[in-house]
Amino acid sequence: MNKHLLSINDLSAEEAFEILNTASELAKISDGPMKKLPTLRGRTVVNLFFEDSTRTRISFESAAKRLSADVINFSAKGSSVSKGESLKDTAQTLQAMGADAVVIRHGASGAAQRLADSGWISASVINAGDGTHEHPTQALLDAYTIRSKFPQFNQSFDGLRVAIVGDILHSRVARSNVLLLTKLGASVTLVAPPTLIPVGVADWKVKVSYDLDSVLKEVDVLMMLRVQSERMANSFFPSEREYSRGYGLDITRLNSLSKNAIVMHPGPMNRGLEISAESADSHKSVVLDQVANGVLVRMAVLYQLLGGATLIGEVSA
Amino acid sequence: MEFTITNARLIDDQVVDVIVSNGVISEIGSGLNKGEKIDAAKNLLIPGLVDLHTHLREPGREDSETVATGSMAAAKGGFTAISAMANTFPVADTAGVVEQVYRLGQEAGFCDVFPIGAVTQGLAGKSLAELGAMANSKARVRIFSDDGKCVSDPLLMRRALEYVKTFNGIIAQHAQEPALTVDSQMNEGIVSSKLGLVGWPAVAEEAIIARDILLAEHVGSRLHICHLTTAGGVDLVRFAKSRGINVTAEVTPHHLLLTDDLVTNYDSVYKVNPPLRTERDVLALRKGLADGTIDIVGTDHAPHPTEDKDCEWQSAAFGMVGLETALSVVVKAMIDTKMMSWADLVDRMSIAPAKIAGYLHHGQILKVGATANLTIIDTNANWIVDRNRLASKSKNTPFEGMQLPSRVVHTFLNGKQVLSNGEIVNGGAVE
Ligand SMILES: [Zn+2]
Repeated sequence: MNKHLLSINDLSAEEAFEILNTASELAKISDGPMKKLPTLRGRTVVNLFFEDSTRTRISFESAAKRLSADVINFSAKGSSVSKGESLKDTAQTLQAMGADAVVIRHGASGAAQRLADSGWISASVINAGDGTHEHPTQALLDAYTIRSKFPQFNQSFDGLRVAIVGDILHSRVARSNVLLLTKLGASVTLVAPPTLIPVGVADWKVKVSYDLDSVLKEVDVLMMLRVQSERMANSFFPSEREYSRGYGLDITRLNSLSKNAIVMHPGPMNRGLEISAESADSHKSVVLDQVANGVLVRMAVLYQLLGGATLIGEVSA
Repeated sequence: MEFTITNARLIDDQVVDVIVSNGVISEIGSGLNKGEKIDAAKNLLIPGLVDLHTHLREPGREDSETVATGSMAAAKGGFTAISAMANTFPVADTAGVVEQVYRLGQEAGFCDVFPIGAVTQGLAGKSLAELGAMANSKARVRIFSDDGKCVSDPLLMRRALEYVKTFNGIIAQHAQEPALTVDSQMNEGIVSSKLGLVGWPAVAEEAIIARDILLAEHVGSRLHICHLTTAGGVDLVRFAKSRGINVTAEVTPHHLLLTDDLVTNYDSVYKVNPPLRTERDVLALRKGLADGTIDIVGTDHAPHPTEDKDCEWQSAAFGMVGLETALSVVVKAMIDTKMMSWADLVDRMSIAPAKIAGYLHHGQILKVGATANLTIIDTNANWIVDRNRLASKSKNTPFEGMQLPSRVVHTFLNGKQVLSNGEIVNGGAVE
């Protein structure tokens, strides 16, 4: 595996499944007596967050701690815009602190790649969301969640049908999921008003639909994306009500899904906008599984990037 | 001062000796020998290159470039005349600032520096700058541009086009519809969709070009389109010319060679405005330059210090240095591809720009009596771009490590040698 996880493009399908398998092993271990593994003892993982995201930070922090790593939370919010304290300065500080891995969340697309390529730092870099580019661990945890609900897709997502609904244009979750799910074999349909679909989408290996109702019956996984109301101010859609009517998951739409279909959402949800409260809390919703699986998958990623030996071998040793 | 350039090849393949005395070509023939001898055997002698689009950063950002360092970069690149864009601090929107820049150029003495005046006060796009005062100043400004920003208000653009007719001026437009390019970071297309960077769509350039050629037609004025980057833009200029509209257009060397897929690793050296486009656009630009739809090459030399590029893409400055690589890049894009001859190149990089701007002593056919603004090129050489060897104060070249054809050997400014075997010599004002 690569030294960094910046984009889903850094992973082959085999490597992605390896991460999911490792996460499954970790899930088994977590159910046993040994809650904390010694794997990363003495290693330092820095959470470098230029954007607020308590959920993602806590998920990475728990993952690192359960592998016995030392964790430093470095919140640099605000400094990304002020020219004085740059990404470069921060990176050099972390280098001096001896970071082995840097988990970076940044508002600028490409910031994680920049950090990895710059030569400012020798640590492994894990992208925890960069601008509107990618959020690879979110896609991995989504894939893990899907697999846990559909055991028939354990080895390959061939035949799995996924629809991703909402603000594709500005969504790093959508970009990473499109790359990962198609790489694993799933067929993916993007559903959104044309204003929220990127102009270059023709080159993506997906279908595009502007009509949510026409795709509902034909999906196994319905992934709803967060829609920010500021998009309305920029005329991406006329009003929240109109968006909801066209693309929101209300109870009627929820009921027209097939029996085994699941509903996902990367959170945080705008209840009443892209998803109604009933849909969010229905038995089809796997939102809470996604959160729980986030820790396991991030443990697996840290393990794969920093660990080395097989997990089983280490645990039994 | 008198010297003889011996055995120089001209673009028509004639080999001649050229005597330069008192700043002009005094004799062309064979077996000539007067004063110092400069051996040009096997090398090509052309009129000095002329750039209508140069950012020199002085006054205000002397950490990136000064008039002097930019002039040295120009001489190394074979340019004898450059045109300093108005987006300095303070903005070149008064007679005082343009005269200062002009004087700094004369004092540096490596090339003629002709200031471009701002169209609007402070480049704010609200009200006209004192165009007449700049035209009548010692700098004799004829080109006006808010470059870096578009004169987007159609009424203000119309007024500017009309107003400069008094002194046969020209408005050079940076064609970028601001409402279509809010926060834009790169060409909008396949690559931007993958990278999650805000797109700068081709239509934002084309919409302004279309509007401005119609305005120029309506008021019968001269319009120059800076740095054309899109296939659609080339079509629009071609259409305008077929209608007899007085429009000229420019393309940068980097837009003739580089494409937006270079952005894939978010290396901010490729961040430039207007952005790198697609291969289809590049091919259309080359074709447009070859068939004369695009009149000239302009470098859009845009120096930035390391700290303005050494950051995440979104925060990085737009721009690339280009004076020292321009000739070689155009040779690679246009001559090595057999799309243009050397005669075409001399037209697009020297004769045509001098004519558009009215730089009377530049871009002249080599004949007795012509001012000795000359460049000698080794057309057999290849060289590898090394940012640390650039004369420019800034090192933001996208061509680092690239092997390029043809090398500027000597440059002569008004009969004075300013570049000798690739090295800068003899700065300072002519007495
Ligand atoms: Zn410009």
